[in-house]
Amino acid sequence: MSPKLSIHDALRTRARNLFQYTEEAFDEVFGGDNNPWRHLGAMAFFFLWIVTTSGLYLYTVLDTSITGVHESIDWLTNQQWYLGGMLRSLHRYASDAFILTTLLHLAREWAFGRYYGFRLYSWVTGVPLLWLMFFSGIGGYWIVWDRLAQFSAVASTELLDWLPIFSTPAARNFLNPDAISDRFFTVLVFIHLGVPLLLILGLWAHVHRISRVDHFPARRLALGTLVALLVLALVKPAISNAPADLSIVATGLRLDWFILFIHPLTDVTSPGFVWMLLFSGTILLFVLPLLPHPAPKPVAIVDAPNCNGCSRCLADCPYAAVTMEPHPDKAGHKIAVVDADLCASCGICAGSCPSSTPFRSQEALVTGIDMPQLPVTLLRRNLEEKVRRLEGATRILVFGCDHGVDVKTLESADTAVMSLICAGMLPPAFVEYALRGGADGVLVAGCRPGGCEFRLGDRWTMERLARQREPHLRRNVPFGRLRLAQASSHDGKALAEELRQFRTQLETQAAARPLPYHRRSAPS
Amino acid sequence: MIKPTAIVGQIILYGAFAAFIGYFATSPTYHQIPDDAALIKLSINHLGDRECRKRTPEELEKLPRNMRAPMECPRERSDITLHVDIDGQPVLRTVMHPTGIAKDGISTVYKRFEVKAGEHQLSVKMNDNVAKPGFKFVKEEKVTLAPAQVLVIDFNPDKGGLFFQ
Repeated sequence: MSPKLSIHDALRTRARNLFQYTEEAFDEVFGGDNNPWRHLGAMAFFFLWIVTTSGLYLYTVLDTSITGVHESIDWLTNQQWYLGGMLRSLHRYASDAFILTTLLHLAREWAFGRYYGFRLYSWVTGVPLLWLMFFSGIGGYWIVWDRLAQFSAVASTELLDWLPIFSTPAARNFLNPDAISDRFFTVLVFIHLGVPLLLILGLWAHVHRISRVDHFPARRLALGTLVALLVLALVKPAISNAPADLSIVATGLRLDWFILFIHPLTDVTSPGFVWMLLFSGTILLFVLPLLPHPAPKPVAIVDAPNCNGCSRCLADCPYAAVTMEPHPDKAGHKIAVVDADLCASCGICAGSCPSSTPFRSQEALVTGIDMPQLPVTLLRRNLEEKVRRLEGATRILVFGCDHGVDVKTLESADTAVMSLICAGMLPPAFVEYALRGGADGVLVAGCRPGGCEFRLGDRWTMERLARQREPHLRRNVPFGRLRLAQASSHDGKALAEELRQFRTQLETQAAARPLPYHRRSAPS
Repeated sequence: MIKPTAIVGQIILYGAFAAFIGYFATSPTYHQIPDDAALIKLSINHLGDRECRKRTPEELEKLPRNMRAPMECPRERSDITLHVDIDGQPVLRTVMHPTGIAKDGISTVYKRFEVKAGEHQLSVKMNDNVAKPGFKFVKEEKVTLAPAQVLVIDFNPDKGGLFFQ
């Protein structure tokens, strides 16, 4: 590995740790489902919906003439502050929040290494959206046609003029007040509508390869954020600067640093430096997936004789990698087909397959859809061996996840551990199999809510074990002998404590009444 | 049920988020130029001159009837020489080249000069045909600039050449 790559990896690991510790601190206050750090993409979508909705109203009342535009916006702000003014403020602040959350989303995805392999498409389609986002934001400020708009228009065209694209400098359009016409604003409004529409189209492309897109935050988080923005709009309404006057320099400006930071940056450096920064940054984002990274894991494979076409893998795959097609051998039946380019190798499909039950009597357990690196037959064999070796009064089997807490640290004579690719890979029948095989209890450790490496693994597992989702845990399995834990990679101590409490609970239960189907031998 | 401490924490964090957005949406105030400064913008678009020659009657006779233009002009335009002095100090000495592959497009320049507000002696000299010595267009004037004022130096042959606006 080259030294440069090591620096990149070290930087990424630090950033990842920083994100994880921040998220875990926010978990204490917000809980997993409402933790904004775990739903930055959904937050960005939410802010965009606010911007779009408020923008539609502003568009209907905007006077797109050189003299009328500033007045009409001022009228909204001052005379109709309760509606137009509030929506204008929301439009501005939600735009800023959209940019902030989008950049944090980008940084988080990079920190977690989500830019190559099956995520390459989402990463690459996301990069141009950054340009569209800033283009929309800057254009929006021009529409007000106040001193800030004047400053941004002049600064933007001066920046553009550094590139050899115009035969006459674009900045000449803003040389004097006579240079601007009503037509300019009409064009500007259409651009400010067209580019955001392009952005929304790009966002559709960005997410269309994943299923169950997190496009709207949890209700409590959405409400809290909206209330925060409304309070901000009330306390500090967005107001215009003085009307534009091209005969003077627009200075002493209340600058929106989220969107317009590029202008002061150009002033303190140079247009050439800023373009170099923008182009090299964009190229770097595109090139990032080409850097050496871990080899792709084997993708899910379908076994035609064991696939009954139930479509549960299709329903549960977080990346829309499974489609259903006519079964080659069974007329009128369907078969799952895996798109290798989309498959995340998470194993959630294996956990969703009803054929993945270990109670089947075959010597080699072959399921409908399976992971070559950890097939269910190996899972069953490992489980049998580990449960058979357990000793002590209260024997517990812990299922963990390779991306969560390292469950191996919990292994002892009376505790067996099995780490899966993802907690979502666990077929619920394995819990019953372990209990029937001699375990007194089963602890399933998934990731913290919203923290699953593969988006939906922890959710599906919890729902399957809670009998809310197919394939579910059978009703004769007592909940008292099952414990679900949600732990991140930093939660080793918390999980150890959870295990201790679970053991105490099992011992208390056992003392009160015998545990059902308590056998000390694995099924033959 | 949410714990009271979590509710307080959420109020604080939502407030911090709103405060962060609200502050950087308008602050800190940006001053592009100092309060006591003014700006001189030089922006000129002009087609350089070219040396045309009058065709002789014999030459015209040899041409097809529809192509008998009395003047023969080369496609290529001349470079344009431009000198700008402020208070006797040279601030720009440049040669503007014609645009286009055939060098038949306009020559352009766009520059900004930040100066102290007050009185200044401006001198702009332009020659749009480098084959001829000297400056064809000259504009010299004492101007008084207010703080933050923008003075544009432009060129329009219909307005007599160089002008200040």
